[in-house]
Amino acid sequence: MAIWCADLALDRWRLAEGCRRGQGSDAAPLALIAETAHGPRIAAVNIAGAEQGVRTGAMLADARTLCPSLAVRPADPAGDLAFLEALALWAQRWGPWSALDPPDGLIVDTTGAAHLFGGEAALLADARAQLRRRGLLARVAMAPTAGAAWALAHYGPDGAVLEGEAMLERLGPLPVAALRLDDEVLLLLRRLGLKRIEDLAGIGREALARRFRTRRAPAANPLVRLDQLLGRVPEPLLPVIGQEQPMVQRRLMEPIRHRSLLDRVLADLAEDMARALEARGEGARRLELAAWKVDGDVLARRLEMAAATRDPAHVCRLFAARLDDLDAGFGIELVRLIAPWTEPLALAQADLDAAAERHGTSLAACMDRLTVRLGEGAVRRPLPRASHLPERAQRWTPPLAPQPGLQEDFAFHERPLKLLDRPEPIAVIYEAPDGLPRLFRWRGGVHEIARAEGPERIAPEWWRERSTVRLRDYYRIEDSTGRRYWIYRHGLATDGRGDAPEWFLQGFCA
Amino acid sequence: MNRIEACSEVHVLSPPLPAGLRRGSAPRVLSKSARWKPGIAASCRHTEVFASGGEATGAALALALARDALHAEAEDQRPWLWVQDKAALRLSGRPYRPGLPEHLRHRLIHVAANTPEDALFALEEGLRCRDLAFVIGEIAGNPRALDFTASRRLSLAAEKHGTALWLVRLDARTDLGSARMRWRAAAAASPPPRWNPQAPGQPAWQAELFRAHTFQPGHWTLRDDGNALVAAPVAPDHGDLVRGSGARSLAAG
Repeated sequence: MAIWCADLALDRWRLAEGCRRGQGSDAAPLALIAETAHGPRIAAVNIAGAEQGVRTGAMLADARTLCPSLAVRPADPAGDLAFLEALALWAQRWGPWSALDPPDGLIVDTTGAAHLFGGEAALLADARAQLRRRGLLARVAMAPTAGAAWALAHYGPDGAVLEGEAMLERLGPLPVAALRLDDEVLLLLRRLGLKRIEDLAGIGREALARRFRTRRAPAANPLVRLDQLLGRVPEPLLPVIGQEQPMVQRRLMEPIRHRSLLDRVLADLAEDMARALEARGEGARRLELAAWKVDGDVLARRLEMAAATRDPAHVCRLFAARLDDLDAGFGIELVRLIAPWTEPLALAQADLDAAAERHGTSLAACMDRLTVRLGEGAVRRPLPRASHLPERAQRWTPPLAPQPGLQEDFAFHERPLKLLDRPEPIAVIYEAPDGLPRLFRWRGGVHEIARAEGPERIAPEWWRERSTVRLRDYYRIEDSTGRRYWIYRHGLATDGRGDAPEWFLQGFCA
Repeated sequence: MNRIEACSEVHVLSPPLPAGLRRGSAPRVLSKSARWKPGIAASCRHTEVFASGGEATGAALALALARDALHAEAEDQRPWLWVQDKAALRLSGRPYRPGLPEHLRHRLIHVAANTPEDALFALEEGLRCRDLAFVIGEIAGNPRALDFTASRRLSLAAEKHGTALWLVRLDARTDLGSARMRWRAAAAASPPPRWNPQAPGQPAWQAELFRAHTFQPGHWTLRDDGNALVAAPVAPDHGDLVRGSGARSLAAG
């Protein structure tokens, strides 16, 4: 079964406004607009506006000349999609699973479920009645394939039911747009003079396959769409599956204003959450704490863990650092804890407090404590990256993130133990005009180069940098007191990419 | 006489000691006059290395000492922690994975703390974690947060949980601290490699052990020969003797 909410954006607006179709603020011309690169454009228009000649897709300035009294509201495509997802879950009342058909449609699989509603026609009537009661203008149709149901819902008679035989005869008079094709392909078909599905089906398969042999996507290939319509090739759809978030909350008899009471409530909530998660065999990766104040304000705190956990003491400890700057105002009357991101976590021996004191904490708990106090990016581990440029040869990842499989690291000759975040310029004195300097001055001290190895020439990565980036000649040096550095000359005097080359100090050898 | 002995008397007078303390102080009586050498098993869990900021000497020596201590417990595949505060990061850079020893580089977890307080917190949390092999800290200067109390906290945590701490102090005065061993490190000229005498060789450091709980103070030239720490024989110091005539003009006397 296909459901097409023909007027979804405006229906949502009317629901939010609380007015019926054509009454209240819907009686005057009104349009929803979307901001585009060329200015505001009409995304949806109501009946009163359409009577004045305002069309969807027109520029707002053009529409205003036609209808000066046009009222506008911003469109909300993200909200529409969220509404559609909720609607898809609700639509599973008519069948075991449903799929989204953005921006404004649904496909529900009702195979073997129609008799529960007293037949297919009764099921469609029920769907229309339920959707109308929700205030949605919807067209529904039922057919053996998703493509055929979509075509009938959008371009066929409302409430059409298509039986298995003679599909092409029933669908033939529909326009080619009923095949769910891209605008570009529709334009091409119109130029070829193919207006209806039966025109397209009358052409030999070979001719269509040859004409569209380079189009792989189903939406760009009429032959694939035609086969999907008639059920000759399968059409996989992505079903919507409702995920329930574990949620626990406490309503408080008296608003609380003190931290010690809030800690008590939080400990209770953490234990409730541990029970809820344990029943599902899961642990939380992300927790969200929301506290409703008496004046209606909501305070939210979010926590992410390095590994799935449901240990109440650990959760309380991590939240304790986040609650310090909470302003309770006149008091908090409702506290809610949600786990939006969970991962499977089997039952394990509980880590008793005394055991943690004696044997130390686990690595995941240690990383969580460090991350909560020091921030997200403070605790990281280096991973190799396939690059010869020294500063790109390592990248930083979260400490417990899985390490990607690597064949082998790059084998460099000698690399320094530590690298400065940003190479620091050094002033050099040459012995010979073109070569290694004899002395250099860095951070106010003079270093005399006693021994050196080099140059190791590292060319820029031309596939990702501009052509004017200069190469680097690295030298590993030791000064007269034994300090070992890694310095480089940026560019050559003769490379024509700037002035005389400068010298930089980038690393410290062990 | 000196501070160490004075401390030991205080310990005897106050009987209820935490278990970890006694473990650290027990072998002291036996090896009172022992001399430190690479590879010796030291019961010390908290070591400080004083070094100057614009070089990697302190971190390199701390890492070499940590590897030396780790060889006793071979096949340890636990990760290790390297904590730096912001000033240390600016002064002496960030660890560089391709330059780290091969069997340590994939196990590094790095913590960049903003303030010395945060760095001390990270060090203590790291010491209390049973899944870390050892902890290296780098703190620049003498911040107010790192006083004797903070140092003592670190010592107690390290001894209680048995995790070793190597604290590198960059450009710092040798103020009060409770570390069991305190080193002063400086770079030393490396031995010339065999195939290219003009190149810098395997790293070498001048290391001076100036405070120790169980060992005699001393001075070594330490060298990392690729798989172990070795002490080069110290060139004899001739004091005020007249140098050989090759190094001076005869007219100078």
